[in-house]
Amino acid sequence: MTEKHEMQYKVVHCNINGKDVEKTIDVRASLTDMLRNDYRLTSVKKGCEVGECGACTVLIDGETFNSCIYLAVWAEGKHIITLDGLIGPNGELSEVPQAFVDESAIQCGFCSPGFMLTAYEILEAGIEYTDDELRKLLSGHLCRCTGYENILRAVKKAMYNKLGKE
Amino acid sequence: MSKSVGQSMIRVDAYEKATGRAKYTDDLCDSSALIAKICHSTIAHGFVKSIDVTQAEQIPGVVKVITCFQVPNYPFPTAGHPWSTDPHHQDVADRLLLNRHVRYYGDEIAVVIGENEVAATQGVRALKVEYEELSFVLDVQDAMKDDAPQIQENYPNNILAHTNIRKGNYEEAIKEPGLIKVEGWYDTPTVQHCHIENHLCFSYEEAGRVVVVSSTQIPHIVRRVCGQALGIPWGKVRIVKPYIGGGFGNKQDALYEPLCAYLTTQVGGRLVKLECTREETFVSNRVRHAIRSHIISWVRPDGSFAARKLEAFSNQGAYASHGHGIVAKGMGSFPQMYPCDNVDGDAYTVFTNKPSAGAMRGYGIPQAMFAGESHIDDVAKTLGIDPLEFRHKNIMPQGYVDGFSKNENYNDSFNQCLDKGMKYIDYERKLNEYKNQTGPVRRGVGMAAFWYNTGVWPISLESSSCRMILNQDGSLQFQTGETEIGQGCDTAYSQMVADAVGIPFEDVHVVSNQDTDITPFGTGAYASRQTYIGGFSIMQTALALREKILKAAHELTRMPISNIDLVDGKIIRMEDGRVMMTLGELSTEILYSLSISQHITAETTAQIKSNAYSFGCSFAEVEVDIPMCTVKLIDIVNVHDCGTLINPALAEAQVHGGMSMAIGYGLSEQLLFDEKTGKALNDNLLDYKLSTFMDHPHLEAQFVENAEPTSPFGTKALGEPPTCSGAPAIRNAVLQATGVSVNQIPMTPHILFEKFKGAGLISE
Repeated sequence: MTEKHEMQYKVVHCNINGKDVEKTIDVRASLTDMLRNDYRLTSVKKGCEVGECGACTVLIDGETFNSCIYLAVWAEGKHIITLDGLIGPNGELSEVPQAFVDESAIQCGFCSPGFMLTAYEILEAGIEYTDDELRKLLSGHLCRCTGYENILRAVKKAMYNKLGKE
Repeated sequence: MSKSVGQSMIRVDAYEKATGRAKYTDDLCDSSALIAKICHSTIAHGFVKSIDVTQAEQIPGVVKVITCFQVPNYPFPTAGHPWSTDPHHQDVADRLLLNRHVRYYGDEIAVVIGENEVAATQGVRALKVEYEELSFVLDVQDAMKDDAPQIQENYPNNILAHTNIRKGNYEEAIKEPGLIKVEGWYDTPTVQHCHIENHLCFSYEEAGRVVVVSSTQIPHIVRRVCGQALGIPWGKVRIVKPYIGGGFGNKQDALYEPLCAYLTTQVGGRLVKLECTREETFVSNRVRHAIRSHIISWVRPDGSFAARKLEAFSNQGAYASHGHGIVAKGMGSFPQMYPCDNVDGDAYTVFTNKPSAGAMRGYGIPQAMFAGESHIDDVAKTLGIDPLEFRHKNIMPQGYVDGFSKNENYNDSFNQCLDKGMKYIDYERKLNEYKNQTGPVRRGVGMAAFWYNTGVWPISLESSSCRMILNQDGSLQFQTGETEIGQGCDTAYSQMVADAVGIPFEDVHVVSNQDTDITPFGTGAYASRQTYIGGFSIMQTALALREKILKAAHELTRMPISNIDLVDGKIIRMEDGRVMMTLGELSTEILYSLSISQHITAETTAQIKSNAYSFGCSFAEVEVDIPMCTVKLIDIVNVHDCGTLINPALAEAQVHGGMSMAIGYGLSEQLLFDEKTGKALNDNLLDYKLSTFMDHPHLEAQFVENAEPTSPFGTKALGEPPTCSGAPAIRNAVLQATGVSVNQIPMTPHILFEKFKGAGLISE
C-alpha cells in the first residue's frame, strides 16, 4: 500500500497566486483538476479537457497554458496565476477584468477567465499589437456567446490603457 | 424620473463573472460525489441482447452498474415545451432512461457509478455488450422509403409528423400563361450548439425527495420530466439551476437530469454527479435538425409571385425531442414572408439513426432562411432583377396580419432594416463594382432577410410569474422562472423592475438562480421569449407592489392615494412634488409598525396571449478564391427591429454572438457521420469547425427601434434572430461574386469544388 501510495501520489510544491503552497496530488491529475479540486479555484473552467477550448487557461511562470493538458506534477516549483490572481485583495478589478466588464465582453462567463488570462499575458508583453495580431494571439480560446467582437474591444482598451494611450 | 430601460447598464452578474466567483453547476458539487459514466452504444441501430457486468463490478471503486434491463418502464418526452393537458398536444414520450432498442451510435445503454471518475470509466470499458444489429439509415429521404429500417414503433416510413399549408389553388395558378418557373433544392447540415460548459448535473435525496442541480435552461420543465421518467409525483423533485455556461437550446431539453435523478435513488440517495464530456455533448445531447428543402416559385416577368411550393424534410435523428415543431415553424414563415395568393407547403419530420435533433438557436428559422432567402436570390437572378429591389417589391408589407398568430407587421420593419444594411455595406456601389469580374479571386455582396416571431403563443402556453419582496431599506428582490443563460435577461429584467416599480436600478436585486422549490413558475429560456414574456409579469407584479406601497404611504402620511406617487424610491406628493418620505423609511416603518405591520410583497402570473414579429436582415461582402475553393468573409452587418432596446450594449452583444453562429453555419460547421457505421466523425472542438477569433471580420450590429405595441416595454425577440440570416447572406454574396448558386452549407472547399467544377469555373 505504501509503495502504491508513493507511486500514485506526490507532493507538489508551487506558488499559486502569490502564495507558496504544497499538497499531495494524484500523479495522474491534470493541473486543472489540482486547481479546481484540491485548491477549489473554480474560476478555472473545463470545456473539453483536451486543450481545444482554452477555458482552463492559467499562467505558468508568466506564460499561458491549457491547464487541462498540463500534468499537476509538472507544476512543481512553478508560479501559477489564475483569474483570482488578477483580482485585488479588496476585490478590486484590475485592468483586464475591468475592461471586460466595461465593454460587455462577458455573457455566459464560462470562457471569460481563460480569455482574461491570455489578455493579461498580452498586456504584460508591453507591445502595441494590431487587431490581426490580437485576433491570432487570442485564437486559442473558443467563445460561443460574443462572436469575439467585444472581447477584442476589451483587450484593445486594456492594452491601450496599459501602454498609456487612449 | 431617471429611466433605466434604454440605458446600457453594466450586467448585474458582470462582477461575479469577471472575478471568476460566479458558481456554475460543477463548482457547487461536493467532492464526495459519486461519479456516473454512461456506456454508449457502438452500433447505430439494433437491440442490446445482453450486458455482462461481472468484470466491471469487480473493479475497485465501482459502486453500482445499472443497465437498460433494469430501468423502470416509464417512457418520457424530453422537449422543453410547456406541458399540455391535452393528450393530442403532448410531446412524444419515446425514451427510457436507458434503451434496449438502440437507435443511434451513442445511445445510452448502461451506467457505471464509481467512487471516482477513474473507477467509473474503467467500469464502462469493462462492460461486455452483445447486440443484435439492424440496418440503419442516416439520410432523411432514404428513411422515408418503404424498405427503410423502422426506427420507432408506430411511425410508418419513419415519419414522426407531416403537416401542410394549402392557400389558394397552386395547381390552377401555375397554369397562368407566361410564368417563369424557378426551382431549387437546399440542404442545411447537422450542427451542434457548442456552449463552452458541457451539460452536467448532480443529484441527491433530501427529506424523501430528489434534488437535481443542473446546467439547464428550463428548471420547471425538467422537474416535470424527471417526475414522469421516474414515475414519481412532480412535487417529489426539486431542480436547482445555477449560473450556466451557455445553452443555445441544447439545454432546452431534459438531457441527463432524469437519469441522474434515478441514479441517486439507486444508491440510497447519495450524491451522484453526471458530467458530459465534449464528445457526449456533440453526439448524445441534441443537435440542430438538418433540413432539406425543395422550393418552386412561379413568377411573372414583372417580378410578382403567382404561386409557390415548399417541401421540407427535417432529419429528426433517433428520438422525437422537439420533433416537428422546428420544421413547422420554418414552414410557417414561408407564406408570410413573401405573401403570395397560392401556396402549397408540406413539412415532414423523419426519424433517422442520427443523434436526436432538438431546439437550437433559431428553431427552424436558420434552415428556412437558408433555403428561402437563397431561393429568392435565385429567382431574382433568373428574372435579371436586383435581389434587393426584388425583396422591396415582394417582402411582407407594413400592415400585414397573420390570421393564425394575429401578429401584425405594425411598421415597415423589413424595408427599414434593408435600407440600413444596404447603406452600411455600400451595396449599390459594390454591386456595380463587382459586376463582370473574370479573375480567379472575385468579390461579391449579398443579403438575406429573416422572419421571426416571439415566444410560442398560440402554439403553446405562454405564461410567466414574478415575485417581488420589499426590504426594510426600500430595495427589493425579484424572481422569475425565466432563466439567465448568458444572454443578459437578469440585467434587462432589473432595468424593467426599476422603472415599473419606480425605484433606482441599484435598489433592484435579482435572484439569479432558479430553484423550483422557491422560484415562481416559469417555463424557462427559449423562443427568444425572455424580455417580451417576462415583461408582462414584471409589469403586472410591479403594479401590484406599487399599489401596496402607496396604500402603506397613505396610512403613514394620510395623503390620499390619488395624490401620491412612488418616483425614484421616494414617496412624492404629486400636487407640489414634496418628498413625503423615502421608500426606505416607509419600508422600515411599515414592517415594524406596532399597529399596521406588513411585509410588502407581490407575486403574480401573467398569461400572454399575443406574439410579436421580430424582423431584420444581414448584408455580407465576400472574397472568393475560385481555384482554392475558399470564401473569405470581408464584412457583415445585421440589422434588427426588436422593438425598444432595453439595454443597447447587451443587445449589440447578443447580435454579435448570433452572427458568429451564422458565419459558422454558412462556412464551416458540420457534424459528419461515417456512412458505414453511423458514428460521428468529428465530435470534438478541433475537428468540428466552430468559428474562432481568426474566422471573423468586424461584426456590425445595427437596430431599427419601432416600439412593439403589444409589449409593456415595447420589446420583442432578439435572442435567436441574429443567427437566422447570416448564412444565406454569405451564400448570396458568393452567388454575386461567381454566378454560382451554392445550395448547400457549410460552403467548405469540398462543396465549392464540386459546384465550381460543375459551373465550369475550374477543371479537375
